[in-house]
Amino acid sequence: MKIGVLVFPGSNCDYDCYHLAAQVLGAEASFIWHEESHINADLVIVPGGFSYGDYLRCGAIARFTPVMEALRNFSDLGKPVIGICNGFQILVESGLLSGTLLRNTGLRFLCKDVYLRVDSNATPFTSHLALGSILRMPIAHNEGNYFVSRDEYSRLNSNHQIVLRYCDASGASRAESNPNGSYEHIAGVCNARGNVLGMMPHPERASEVLLGNQDGLRLFTGLLKQTVLA
Amino acid sequence: MKFLVRVMPKADVLDPQGEAVGKALRKLAFSSLTSVRVGKSIEIDIQEPDARLAEAKVKTMADKLLCNANVETYSIQAL
Repeated sequence: MKIGVLVFPGSNCDYDCYHLAAQVLGAEASFIWHEESHINADLVIVPGGFSYGDYLRCGAIARFTPVMEALRNFSDLGKPVIGICNGFQILVESGLLSGTLLRNTGLRFLCKDVYLRVDSNATPFTSHLALGSILRMPIAHNEGNYFVSRDEYSRLNSNHQIVLRYCDASGASRAESNPNGSYEHIAGVCNARGNVLGMMPHPERASEVLLGNQDGLRLFTGLLKQTVLA
Repeated sequence: MKFLVRVMPKADVLDPQGEAVGKALRKLAFSSLTSVRVGKSIEIDIQEPDARLAEAKVKTMADKLLCNANVETYSIQAL
């Protein structure tokens, strides 16, 4: 399996994602620079960071790079894409995913572990996980407050596109377990087809015994098995 | 020609920055304050002699990049 990691000026989780792909998952990994217009991969990770300094709006400028045009074609083929943190912000700005990521309601940069509940297995990242599975992984963001209109939310919800919600250790979503004010506790959404997932928490920072947590790995293991079997 | 593009959060979108600034102003005893919203202003200088065409170009800029229509609105003012 070939995993491509997009790199924009200001990406800073690119090496972590590359490490996850190459060392932890044992895939053939490569960096794909933002000026490239061709993607040679089976799966693409859009990593976190501060692309273009987060100027104007997070992800707003990265959206117009050649590699994003290539990513649109890649996702149109139904191939899996995961955007993490700033990668999620880039995917919503580019229109590949619905919604907008606003400033955290508490106006603070948040860096801590959160619990997530798997509320949809309509994506290749969660298809092997039971609904209601609870994952723990870290968040590290200032603009993670997911906003979407009520109508769009209903559409996403009925189409099983709300993939991850913030919750407590028992799996209940409450105001206290919502770190950033996200609408309906949303931590991750996918596109209508299900092949593009965006999420604020960092699975690549929770994928090794050495890091004390392997929950993040669970989003990739099913996909890896499917590909190997295919 | 110079234009000022003013981008503001939509009325129904929570503006935590505006709320924080409002709280600070109330602490400074501006008790009659009813609301504060924080947006951004972008100055654009464009070499285009036709004023109408220039404004149309700035509008395209706002629609494409400067403003996120999901959560923001904008206005354009010729300077």
